Amino acid sequence: MDNLQILLDAPIFSVQLLIDGLLVGAIFALVAYGMALVWGVMNIINICQGEYVMLGGFITYLLFSWGISPFVGIPVAFVVLYLVGWLTYRVVICRVVEQDLFISILATFGISILLQQLMNQLFTADVQTAEAGLGTAFLFNNMVTVPWVKVVGFVLALSVGVVLVLFMGRSRMGQAIRATAQNARAARIMGIDTDRVYAVTYSINAAICGAAGALVVMTWVVQAFQGLAYTVRSFMIVVVAGIGNLPGVVVAGLGLGAAESYAGFLLGAEFQTAFIFSLLVVILLWRNYRLRAQRKVLR
Amino acid sequence: MSVRRFSPYLAALASALLLGSAGPAGAGESITLGAAVSETGKYSTNGKHTRNGYNLAIKRINEMGGINVGGKSYQLKIIYYDDESTPARGAQLAERLIKQDGIKYMLGPYSSGLTKAIAPVTEKYGIPMVEGNGASRSLFNKGYKYLFAVLSTSEQYLAEAVNLAAENAGKLGKSASDITVALAMENDPFSQDIRAGVLDDAKRHGMKVVIDDKLPKDLSDMAATLTKVKALKPDLLIVSGHSKGAALAQRQSSDMKVDVPMLAMTHCEAAKVQDKFPGTSDYTLCATQWASTMSYSDKWFGSASDYANTFRAEYEGYTVVPYQAAESTASVLVWADAFERAGSLDTDALRDALAATEMQTFYGNIKFAPTGQNVAKPMALRQIIGGKYKVVAPSKWAEIPVVFPKPTWAER
Repeated sequence: MDNLQILLDAPIFSVQLLIDGLLVGAIFALVAYGMALVWGVMNIINICQGEYVMLGGFITYLLFSWGISPFVGIPVAFVVLYLVGWLTYRVVICRVVEQDLFISILATFGISILLQQLMNQLFTADVQTAEAGLGTAFLFNNMVTVPWVKVVGFVLALSVGVVLVLFMGRSRMGQAIRATAQNARAARIMGIDTDRVYAVTYSINAAICGAAGALVVMTWVVQAFQGLAYTVRSFMIVVVAGIGNLPGVVVAGLGLGAAESYAGFLLGAEFQTAFIFSLLVVILLWRNYRLRAQRKVLR
Repeated sequence: MSVRRFSPYLAALASALLLGSAGPAGAGESITLGAAVSETGKYSTNGKHTRNGYNLAIKRINEMGGINVGGKSYQLKIIYYDDESTPARGAQLAERLIKQDGIKYMLGPYSSGLTKAIAPVTEKYGIPMVEGNGASRSLFNKGYKYLFAVLSTSEQYLAEAVNLAAENAGKLGKSASDITVALAMENDPFSQDIRAGVLDDAKRHGMKVVIDDKLPKDLSDMAATLTKVKALKPDLLIVSGHSKGAALAQRQSSDMKVDVPMLAMTHCEAAKVQDKFPGTSDYTLCATQWASTMSYSDKWFGSASDYANTFRAEYEGYTVVPYQAAESTASVLVWADAFERAGSLDTDALRDALAATEMQTFYGNIKFAPTGQNVAKPMALRQIIGGKYKVVAPSKWAEIPVVFPKPTWAER
């Protein structure tokens, strides 16, 4: 518990951990947002989520290697991944969308392997980065350092989130998506083209992941086989937030980022991920306990 | 079954027979080596370096008239399979090379993990394997008799950095035993071996280890560990996490402006930190098995720098020749030397000849311990200065004295 002592002696490092955690969490939340959308509307757990993130990262890296600013990569990755998502829907997902959950897990798992190997062939297995060249902000007498690119990532992640909430609430398509999520059959009777709704939902998810990937390659690194970390984290965020609870996803994402940051500091990097999953188990048990209590009341 | 449906099988059978008669060593005028090397999967880049290294050696040896075994000249060939970067596949392919293709002489795959999977197979059939890309200590404590490695084992990778910090402790106004060390090592056998080596040397100097983090395999962020480094201000930060760990540590330590007098890592070249982070990667220390500035030479390639020039002329896209390629080439040279000394194609005679190897190659001196690892070649440490790698240790090959402590971010 020496590390806890450090935090007590110098609380400023706590600020550093919190800021880092929240900034990381925003990017996780962005990826999780897409997963929650697809899960809620289409009842598909998209295993290739992380691969879309990596693909977005590689597209940005490619632009960067041609001398284009990586910030251009954010919209470009968004658009390209939208098309990739649409293509994937038309070729594979539309065939599994209303089937058993297990089948769609298998299908998206297959897509994830395919994308990994494809990226491996196209971009090699090398680790890639793109430098935004924004520098670092110094706070609290230089005790806390915040790379500007993380701040940009945070702001962008939140604004994409806000735009999505508005889109879901205000636009016709957003309404159609929500209607389909509530009851696909009823929506179809009301004249909603659910197939198109599914295609758009899946493509939007891929596009969000693409934009997140652009942020990842500017902040950390991308590698063809690193997608799973993002899939697993977004899965966990959605489970904690509850399917269909989109604002909850943002809160859970930020919370997870902060928890991970503290766990890494206090317990060591080896327990960072383990701690997060233990937390998941605890949250699920607690929720189960609450539900049982409610059921008792109902009885 | 009609003849038409049957004919592809007949053709396959006929070609297999043809191949079989031409393939095995000794039957024709060539000797065939076998190797499972990653063409796909996460090791595909390093797999390519490995194959290029093997192929260059084969080409040069054949150009020079092949190898002379008992008065008869043979050309060398290699059969490759793609192990898909997965150990289980590697072991299957080793079986296939030995049982179906009749390979009697093996070259190693890329990585300790794959070598660990293949070594029990070659051992079972008594087929000697010379490898240059499996450095884990755990390969050499199993009592294998047919495994020979030309490279330094992994616990030696960064031990030199600890010694360098101890020698230069005075520059910080400290004695060697006052130096504090932070470790961030991936949780895999290779990096944990490196950790063990570093801990041994740190203990010998009486240094204190203040951070000992094990980085997870799916590492995506090192901010928590680096915050700890900022808080505890160690004198020496040692990172080993393959290419990903190297790139993350380099990037995040400069983004977060983490000041340490010495940052030492593995896999700098593989992660191309000098190109990806120009300027900010300066003063980082990198472990290397081999550098083209070293003064070794042999009859096949000449000096180490001659080898580097030949390699760059043969394969496009290399500015720095990766040591993974050099040690692969050296593995083939060890085979060539053993064939000539044994004067026989018998695997047991060759095993004994390999065990008695004592030679210098452009890659370094090679002499195997009874357990199979090369004990005649030390590791080297290079520092990035102005985007170029300069050897700083061991002192015998040092091009420049080490810059220690490295300038703080505020000074740069």
